Amino acid sequence: MKQDKILVALAGQPNCGKSTVFNALTGASQHVANYPGVTVDKMSGRYHHNDRWVDVVDLPGTYSLTSYSPEERVSRDFILHEKPSVVVNVMDAANLKRCLYLTFQLLEMEIPVILNLNMMDVVQKRGIRIDINRLSSNLGIPVVPTIMKNGEGKKDLLDAIEAVSSGAEAQKPVRIDYGEMEPFLRDIISCLAVAPYLANRYPIRWLAIKLMEGDSKAESLVRENLPEPEPFLQIVERSRADFESSHQESPEAHIAHRRYQTANDIAQTSLVLPPGSPRPFSDRIDGLVCHRLLGPAILVGVIWLLYYLAIVQGYNLTNYTWPLLAKLRSLVEGIAPSPGFVEIPLLREFALWIVDSVNALLNYIPIFFILFGLIAVLEDSGYMPRMAFIMDRLFNRFGLHGQSTLPMVLGGIYVGGCAVPGVMSCKGIPDERSRLATILIIPLLNCLAKVPLYVLLINIYFAAHKAWAMFFISTISLLLVLPVSKILTLTVLKDKETAPFVMEMPPYHLPTLRGVLGRAVERVWLFMRKISTIVVAVAVAVFVLLQFPGISRERMASYHAEKDKAVETFFKKIKNTPFATQLPKDDLMPLINFSEAYKDAKMAAGDGAAAERLNAEFRERDPLYFAIVQPGDDKEALKVNRELRKLIKERKGLLREMRMERIDTSFLGTLGKWLEPVTRYAGFNWRVNVALLSALAAKESSVATLGALYQPEEEGQALEERMAQGEEGFTPLHALALMLFMVLYPPCMATAIAVKLQAGSYGWMLFSIIYPMCLGIVVATAIFSLGSALGLSGLEAMFAFYGLALLFTLFMGFFPFHTKIQQQGATPTNGGIDHV
Amino acid sequence: MTLDQMRPGSRGRIKRLSVRDKLGQRLMDMGIYPGLELKVVRNAPLEDPMEVELGGYFVSLRHDEARFVEVESA
Repeated sequence: MKQDKILVALAGQPNCGKSTVFNALTGASQHVANYPGVTVDKMSGRYHHNDRWVDVVDLPGTYSLTSYSPEERVSRDFILHEKPSVVVNVMDAANLKRCLYLTFQLLEMEIPVILNLNMMDVVQKRGIRIDINRLSSNLGIPVVPTIMKNGEGKKDLLDAIEAVSSGAEAQKPVRIDYGEMEPFLRDIISCLAVAPYLANRYPIRWLAIKLMEGDSKAESLVRENLPEPEPFLQIVERSRADFESSHQESPEAHIAHRRYQTANDIAQTSLVLPPGSPRPFSDRIDGLVCHRLLGPAILVGVIWLLYYLAIVQGYNLTNYTWPLLAKLRSLVEGIAPSPGFVEIPLLREFALWIVDSVNALLNYIPIFFILFGLIAVLEDSGYMPRMAFIMDRLFNRFGLHGQSTLPMVLGGIYVGGCAVPGVMSCKGIPDERSRLATILIIPLLNCLAKVPLYVLLINIYFAAHKAWAMFFISTISLLLVLPVSKILTLTVLKDKETAPFVMEMPPYHLPTLRGVLGRAVERVWLFMRKISTIVVAVAVAVFVLLQFPGISRERMASYHAEKDKAVETFFKKIKNTPFATQLPKDDLMPLINFSEAYKDAKMAAGDGAAAERLNAEFRERDPLYFAIVQPGDDKEALKVNRELRKLIKERKGLLREMRMERIDTSFLGTLGKWLEPVTRYAGFNWRVNVALLSALAAKESSVATLGALYQPEEEGQALEERMAQGEEGFTPLHALALMLFMVLYPPCMATAIAVKLQAGSYGWMLFSIIYPMCLGIVVATAIFSLGSALGLSGLEAMFAFYGLALLFTLFMGFFPFHTKIQQQGATPTNGGIDHV
Repeated sequence: MTLDQMRPGSRGRIKRLSVRDKLGQRLMDMGIYPGLELKVVRNAPLEDPMEVELGGYFVSLRHDEARFVEVESA
């Protein structure tokens, strides 16, 4: 019985089909985590083959293994420290020459390597001939051709992994001859060999090559492990300088050059390329997609399609999924302790509150699913780099990156995005500084949940200029986001690591349905898992803040008295009907619940046969109650029915009054009042403060809370009217300040978690919550106080602000970065990298 | 001449990289190294970045980065 575990690492360049291989090997057993200290995803999974469990880790796709990028560092550290039994080097067989550059670096790390030529179908289609046996003997390692997207060659790969990891065949891999550098390497190796600890733990020739390359992490390795590192590092430094002056070529250039040359030699003996353009199809598409005029037009079209499919159609889908969530709610309603006339059990309130909070999030699943699916399509097809190519110049001016395009589109560059997928899709941005800037500004874009408040306020206060106001609010967020990003880049982010833009433009691929669906499911699931506990925790906190300390005993007694009065009136009015004696004097709740349930069911059932069935069902449940709620022509029953409806209305009024009083006296209400002296200058009274505070959990809550605070004087009055009545001093200027505060509103909990995941720390999460709040209050105060002082109307203030924001955006766009992005090599004459 | 000065459609041979460290290493790792022939495929719609082809392999880079690639016309 073989029980020892095998650890396999997958390595390869980006766009080589590595994730297809990973999926084919591990299937559904995948697990995502972060490498310690960085936001690079660590994908792992496992499979069972010939009585053995094999753990597979999918290393991030890299072109090289230097220490200049986090992806390359984690890949390298994983191989050095975890010492996998085998590294499977996946490569795009059509790009053999370039991919071997990475293979050589893997081989230098002295681990067993299997070369997996994937996408052999593309190779065959293009008429490329590869001599597998010759390639294998040239490299000295097994070479396994596969077409993993339909599972071809999978078994061969599994067998090869097993053979190599069991050590059945010792590898004699090719060793790159670094020519004139070999004597220098020999010297360094002999110096290192005297430190047995270092020599036993790390591949020593690799270390010597890295030191000659000037790799800073290799130097730290030496510093940590050698007792007296400085004299040795001085030798290394001298060797580098000597090499450079005697060969007119920097050591790192020489190393790269020899690797490419060896790759070329090997490719020449084992590969025959057909004549003609290597990728005629992709070239033709790029002629359109990157065209001066057509390119941007196509980009706009793609963005529109993304919106249409995810936001519009996704929202339509929620019409089908919402009833399921509603069922969940009524299930909980049924289990929870039943409500009294004016006493709603706390447990019931709590359970329903939690269900509502969770449902609000679950309701977004269809939208998330479509969005994540579409992102996968964009990623797999190869369109993403083109998007970056088109937009980079504009975004780069503001400290962002060409690859910020997709996250910003998802976050809601116009009206109606969602910050969660926006922030999650920042992962691909290679430049740390731009990535953080993008993550931090996305919550300021117009997500779907901000829209209800805009619509409410515009309908009340800008009713005559709805189109202008809507245009303003849709586009102002972009004018705020760009300068804010530039300011963040110049201040808090200025010391963050940057990366060169240099980016591969891979050939286009047709995405596979399985790949896209798989990724969409996986990402939705991952997100839901990470977020659900947080949402519940926050919901609990807000519940406590809104419910406690609650209504005082005296006030509660007075509500009870009102209840008794109402019930008394009811019985007095119906005393001449036979129902007066049939109904229990002390408990009308069963009747009220029956009536409400009937009303709801009737609404859902509609007319015709369904209504008939419903009537029969309710008659069966309780003939007496049914006679009251569906009185037909019975005069006496009609009278009771009328009185019952009055009673129900009165109860609802009491409950609403109590809810309002509870919010009023709650911790959140107290906080809202306590903040009023500050927010007064932005035009926010305590009610608005409470609405804004309650929106911290989810922005949709702002409108719901306002709804609870502005109770209707008569049934069916729209919130618009209620608010206009309730706030007579409220002007369009107030509304404008409030809307701008909402634009700059801190991220919702779901987004905050996404920020934590993508930025990698709670510190950034807190920052992403606090800075928009400060910015929002400053902007709202400026608008309201200056607007009031200058006597501007809401519309005038709106235009003035828009003009200023536009000017400021232009100014920030041309504002230079303090440091030039790159610096010239040490000395231009001999510091450069020459071709010999 | 440096790469950022080349017009779309023109060809050249990389003579020398006048930058080291992060950008220099990245250029080499992405296949831009001395001795290789390249062709400027296009500029982006907003002029920057640019796309070049090196032996069947396509890379885009900013002009600001391309100015460190010295080229002789082929």
